Amino acid sequence: MKLAELCAALMFFGVVAYAIFAGADFGSGVWDLLAGNADKGGELRAQIDESIGPVWEANHVWLIYVLVFMWTAFPTAFAAMVTTLFIPFMFVALGIVIRGSGFAFRKFAATMTQARLYGVAFAASSLITPFFLGMIAGAIAAGRVPLTGGDLWSSWTGPTSWIGGVLAVLTCSFLAATFLAADAARGGNHALAAQCGRKALVSGVLSGAVAMIAILPIERDANTLVDGLQGRAAPLIVVSAIAGLFALWRLRLQRYARARVGAVIAVASVVIGWGVAQYPWVLVDHAKIADVAGARPTLVGLLIVFAIAAVTAVPSMVWLYLLVNRRESDHRITGSS
Amino acid sequence: MLGDAGQLMAARYQMAVSLGFHIVLSCFGMAFPALIYLIHRRGLRGDADALVLAKRWSKAAAVLFAVGAVSGTVLSFEMGLLWPGMMSRYGDVIGLPFALEGIAFFIEAIFIGIYLFGWGRMSPKVHLMTLIPMIAAGVVGSFCIVSVNAWMNSPSGFRVVGGRVVDIDPLAAMFNNAVWLQFLHMFVAAYMVVGFVVAGVYASGMIKGRRDRLHRLGFTAAFAMATVAALVQPLIGHVAGMRLAEHQPAKLAAMELAPVTEKNAPLVIGGILIDGEVRYGIEIPGLSSLLARGWFNRPVPGLDQVPKADRPPANVVHNSFQIMVGIGTALALLPPWFWWRRRRGRRPIDSKRFLRIAVVAGPAAVLALEAGWTTTEVGRQPWIVQDVLRVKDAVTPNGGIWISLSVIVVLYLALGMITGATLRSMSRRWRDNGEIELPTPYGPPAPPATTATTAAAAAAAAAAQRVSGR
Repeated sequence: MKLAELCAALMFFGVVAYAIFAGADFGSGVWDLLAGNADKGGELRAQIDESIGPVWEANHVWLIYVLVFMWTAFPTAFAAMVTTLFIPFMFVALGIVIRGSGFAFRKFAATMTQARLYGVAFAASSLITPFFLGMIAGAIAAGRVPLTGGDLWSSWTGPTSWIGGVLAVLTCSFLAATFLAADAARGGNHALAAQCGRKALVSGVLSGAVAMIAILPIERDANTLVDGLQGRAAPLIVVSAIAGLFALWRLRLQRYARARVGAVIAVASVVIGWGVAQYPWVLVDHAKIADVAGARPTLVGLLIVFAIAAVTAVPSMVWLYLLVNRRESDHRITGSS
Repeated sequence: MLGDAGQLMAARYQMAVSLGFHIVLSCFGMAFPALIYLIHRRGLRGDADALVLAKRWSKAAAVLFAVGAVSGTVLSFEMGLLWPGMMSRYGDVIGLPFALEGIAFFIEAIFIGIYLFGWGRMSPKVHLMTLIPMIAAGVVGSFCIVSVNAWMNSPSGFRVVGGRVVDIDPLAAMFNNAVWLQFLHMFVAAYMVVGFVVAGVYASGMIKGRRDRLHRLGFTAAFAMATVAALVQPLIGHVAGMRLAEHQPAKLAAMELAPVTEKNAPLVIGGILIDGEVRYGIEIPGLSSLLARGWFNRPVPGLDQVPKADRPPANVVHNSFQIMVGIGTALALLPPWFWWRRRRGRRPIDSKRFLRIAVVAGPAAVLALEAGWTTTEVGRQPWIVQDVLRVKDAVTPNGGIWISLSVIVVLYLALGMITGATLRSMSRRWRDNGEIELPTPYGPPAPPATTATTAAAAAAAAAAQRVSGR
C-alpha cells in the first residue's frame, strides 16, 4: 500500500469511528427530541444524559481528527470540498455548537423551563448535524465536488445527498437506541430497555428499508459509487445486512448487549463499504488519492501522529469507556411506576 | 451585495469573532485544570474546603470546556470555509501541528470525561492524577495551535519555486523561529486570564460580604497563580517584541506608530496616525529604540520600510498593542502590592478598594488578551502568511459571508450570555443549598413513593423556589 493510500485509510478510520461513536451520541439526541413531554420522557432523557454525558466530547474529537487528516494529507481536495459544500458545512458547524453547548447547559440548568429550552436546542441540532453530514457524504460520493469548485447549491442537493442525510439520521438513531437499551438493561431498568429496544427495532428496520429503496435513485445519480458497491464493496454490504439482521433478531429477544455488537458491525461495515466503493477517489470522479496527496514528509509525519494517538488517546479512550460501563454498583435504580 | 473587499472584511470579521470568542475559553482549557489540580491536591491533604472548591470548579470547567470544544471545532471548519486559499496551498506544510493538536484535544476531552465522572468513583489519588494529562494536553495543544500562527508570522519549512510550493519540511514549519516566544506569551496569558478571572469572581463575592473561607481560599489560590503569570509575562512579551524588527518590521512599525525609520525613536503613548503624521500622542524620546531594539542608537523600522500596499492599519495595531501593554503592566504591579501588604500583616482582602481592583483585573486580563491577539493578527495584514500569501488571495470565493458572519455573531452573543448566566446560576445554587443539578434533564424519574407527575411538579416547584429565593 502506498503512503498516500495508507493516510487515506487512516483518515477513513476516523470517519468510521466518528460514525459509530458520535453517531450514537447524535442519535441519542434524536430520541431525546422524540421523547415527549417532561413526564413521559424524563426517564429516557435521564438515561441519555447518563449514557452520553461522559463520552460525547471525546467522541466528537474524531471529527477534528478527520478534518485535520483531510487538510494535511489532501489539501486541495479539502479546499474544494469545503468551498463547494460551504452551506452544509456551515449548518454542521452550527449544529455542533448548539448540540454541545445545549447539552452542557441543560445539565446545569436552573429551572425546568430552561432545561426544556436547552434540551430542545440539543436535541434538534442532534438531528440536523448528522443530516447535513450525510448530505455532504452524498455529495462527495455522487461525484458532485470538482476540484475547481462546484455549484454552491446543486452540488449537495442531489438524490444521493438526500438519501445520505436520511440514512445518516436513521442509522444514528438505530445505533443510539441499541446503545441506550443495552445501558438501561445493564442498569437494571428493564422497562426502559424494552422501550429503547422497540425504538431500535423500528429505526433498524427503517434504515434497512431506506437503504434498499435508495439503490434505485443512487444507481442513476452516482455511477462510480454504485459500481464500487456492487463490485469491490459488495462483501461488506452483505456483512452489514447480516449483522443488521442479527442485531434486529437479538433486539427482539431483548438481548441488548449482543444487539449492540451487531448494530456496530452493521453500521461500520456499511461506512467502510462506502469508502471501499469510492476508492481510489477522494472526491469521486474528480480527485484520486495519488493526485491530491500532500508532501511526502508530511504524510510520514501523519503516520507518526497516528502512532502517537494509538498509544496515548486510544488507551485513554478505552479506559473512559470501561469506567463508564462498569458503573452498575452505583447505578441509580430508576423505578418505572 | 458586498464587493470583493466587503467579502474579505466579512470573512476576517467572522474569523475574528470566532477566534476572539474561543481564545477566552481555550485559556480555561489550558490553565483551569492546573488551578483545579492545585486546589484538589490541597483538598486531598485534608482541607475539606479545598475539596469543595475543586468539585465546584470541575463543574464550571465542564460547562466552559463544552463550549470551548464546540467553538474550537467551528474554527477548524473556518480554516477551510473562510481561507481555502491558504489550506489548499499550505495545508501539508502546516498540517502536522494541527494533527498533533488533534491528539491533545482527544486527551483533554477524554480526561475531562474521566475526571468529572471520577468523583467518588475511583481512588482519590488516581482521580487527582487524571488532571495531569489535561494539563499536559493544554501545553501541547496550545503549542501546536500557536505554532501554526507563529508560522503565519514567520513562515518556514518550504520554498516557492515557479509558483509551486516545494521542499516541504513540516518539522521546520512547526518549529519556526517565532514559535517558542509566541507560545510562551500565549501560554502565560492563559494562566493570567484564568487566575485573574477566577480571583475576580471571588473578590466580587467578598465585596458582597461573602467572606467565608471558600471565598478567601478560592481567591488566594487563583490570585497566586495569576501572580506568577503576571510577573513573568512582561519579560516574555518584551523579548518576543524584540525579534519583530528583523522578522516583521511592518508590524513593529505599526505597534510603535512609527511613520519613518529612525534612530533614537520616540515611544508614542496613545496617538493616531493621520496622513502619515502622528497626532495626539505623548512622545518619549528614544524609548522606542531602547525597548524594541535594546539601545537608543538602534533604528526602529518605520512604515516607510514597506510599500504602501503592504502596510498594516497602524492605528488599530498601535492602540491595541498599547492597551495590552498598559493592562499587562498594571496587572504585573497588582500582585506585588497585594503580597506586600499581606506580609505587612494588613489583610488586603479586607480592603474594598483592593477587592474592586481585583474584580476589574479579571475582565482587564481578558481585554489584554484580546488586544494582544488583535495586535499580532492585524499587524500581519495584508498578509495571511507573512510576505508569502495575502488574505485576499486566501479568502473563499463564495459570496454571502456576511450571512454566516451575522449568524456567528448572534450565536456567540447568545452563547456567551448563556454561559455566563449558567455559571452565575450554578454559583447561586451552590450558595443556597449546595445542590445544583436538576433531578434529571427534563422530568425526574419517579421516586418510589410518588408518581412521575407529582415528582416533576415538585422538582419544578423546587426550581422555581430557588429562582425566586435569590
